[in-house]
Amino acid sequence: MSESEDILLELEAVTIKFGGVVALDDVSMTIKKGEILGLIGPNGAGKTTCFNVITGVYAATSGTISLDGKSLAKRKRYQITKLGIARTFQNIRLFPSMSALDNVLVGADVHSKVGLLRALFRTPYFRRVEPENKRRAVELLELVGVGAQPDEISVNLSYGDQRRLEIARALATNPKLICLDEPAAGFNPAEKLRLMDLIRQIRDLGFTVLVVEHDMKLVMGVCDRIVVLEFGRKIAEGTPSEIQKNPAVIAAYLGTEEADDDAA
Amino acid sequence: MNNIISGLRARLAPVADRVGTALEPVGRVLGMKSVKYPLRTVGVLLIYALPILHLPLINTENSDFSGVLFTVGTYVLVALGLNIVIGYAGLLDLGYVGFYAVGAYTVGVVTSEHGQWPFFLALPLALVVTMASGVLLGAPTLRVRGDYLAIVTMGFGEIIRIVARNTDWLGGAGGINSIPSPPDIGPEEGLFQIPHLSWQYGYPTIDDRVTKVLHFGVLDATPYFWMILTTIILVICADMLIKNSRVGRAWEATREDEDVAELMGVPTFKFKLLAFAMGACIGGLAGAMYATRVGFINPPSFPLMLSLLFVAAVVIGGAGNRWGAILGAVIVAYLPERFREFADWRLLVFGIALIVIVSFRTQGLFPGRQKKRVAQAEKEVQKLEEGAEIV
Repeated sequence: MSESEDILLELEAVTIKFGGVVALDDVSMTIKKGEILGLIGPNGAGKTTCFNVITGVYAATSGTISLDGKSLAKRKRYQITKLGIARTFQNIRLFPSMSALDNVLVGADVHSKVGLLRALFRTPYFRRVEPENKRRAVELLELVGVGAQPDEISVNLSYGDQRRLEIARALATNPKLICLDEPAAGFNPAEKLRLMDLIRQIRDLGFTVLVVEHDMKLVMGVCDRIVVLEFGRKIAEGTPSEIQKNPAVIAAYLGTEEADDDAA
Repeated sequence: MNNIISGLRARLAPVADRVGTALEPVGRVLGMKSVKYPLRTVGVLLIYALPILHLPLINTENSDFSGVLFTVGTYVLVALGLNIVIGYAGLLDLGYVGFYAVGAYTVGVVTSEHGQWPFFLALPLALVVTMASGVLLGAPTLRVRGDYLAIVTMGFGEIIRIVARNTDWLGGAGGINSIPSPPDIGPEEGLFQIPHLSWQYGYPTIDDRVTKVLHFGVLDATPYFWMILTTIILVICADMLIKNSRVGRAWEATREDEDVAELMGVPTFKFKLLAFAMGACIGGLAGAMYATRVGFINPPSFPLMLSLLFVAAVVIGGAGNRWGAILGAVIVAYLPERFREFADWRLLVFGIALIVIVSFRTQGLFPGRQKKRVAQAEKEVQKLEEGAEIV
């Protein structure tokens, strides 16, 4: 298999400007099929912006993004999801008054063609697809560990369950790439360990994972490769052990002597 | 009170079960898991019988009871349609009367003003026209959200009324009159004549008034009520089938968080438009039936106030729950008629009643099960935060 076939998502010289602010500056990176890629960087480095441009929330000012060789430009957000990119959110954004199962079902509905008439007449297509989606949703709930209470409305779930439910909802769209935005935020060490297992499990199921995370232990522990952003620019890329030794990364996180002098 | 209800339920359950088993195959065809419908069947039959039973307390002494029931029916139908728009999809539509007017005017134009169509041919046309008007209004306006949408739709309601007043083709300010009743169906003798009851000292006696089944006259509103009740039941069935499917979930997801819904692959605009078109279509249905019943429509029949009453019906009952919306509509339409003897006071009392309802039942009288649980969860969290319940 040649290298280009291995690449799932490719960002090429992506720049995003909000007025005068350059949120992403000429960022190029690739995500290979079946890997877990970590995206890290200090606060304000452009990680979430990067997420938003991949999932179509923002349009890139310049540069191209392509999934499996197909450009994502000019595609609507729901079309990008249908094409195979799903995400979770830094601050939980479930559909609060819908049940856990229904939340996941909304994701599972992406590839369903059930519309008004099919629902109204309960066509054979409907009777095949809806139960099938439901079965898959239940499986995903069990995978992430919320299987015990499928009918509970999502705001009633515990914080951790809500975070995991978001993952299930994203997985339900059957994405090629799943983007996790700080999935461990607010987790205790035990929960973080379980989350790491879950992320690996998701990869083993054949999904490619992009994860933004502040928790270094989790990132270093679970990622195959890491990309580091600072001030909207990519400053490093490599395996966890390479990143840990990279002077630019250490400088970005701990500050250089020069920067300290400036601050003082 | 609860004891009585649960006792009644316990006693009726075995009977219901037996009839339920008999109905099982029918239920299976309809795709329902269990059939608990016999009780409801009795209930529905009772509602059908309401206009001839003239039950004391419920009966309106000072105005024609069948007529009142028909009016209540139109409100219920409208509330069901508006519940899809406001309750399911979360789009605040303050100009819903516009669709009601479009339905009424379509029937008026093709059956009286510019044609001789029979009502049952005009009805499908009214559906198509209102649906189209829903799409026409929705396509440009559904890109705005929340308050802005409310303002735009409110404008739509007014525009329809003003256009009708200024267009001679639509009868201008004078409106359209002599809209024919639906054609009579079936014979009028024998079993097709149903006598009414009247009550004296708590005992029913058979009255000399009779209703001819499916004979739509000007005097007797009962056949109209049966027509609209049948329509309501069909709409409820459709509502249930659609709500419990991808479409219903997409509407709810859009209501809860539009951006996230879009990111989860829901083409939100398309589904909002669908909700609008469906709501419009049901509103138009109600308008069409109103037109054929009253026989005369003019622009002041469709004031802004009516839009607000429709919204009130949905909100009072509990937006998002079809049964709540129905209850709300019954309250909004029936109470003022029932207490007509208080004449000028009735609107004041009605207003106060509304205020009481919305302040003590903020989720509506009859909120969806899930909404109730959300409210409860929020309350518990608040309590914990205040530390009031921590021992």
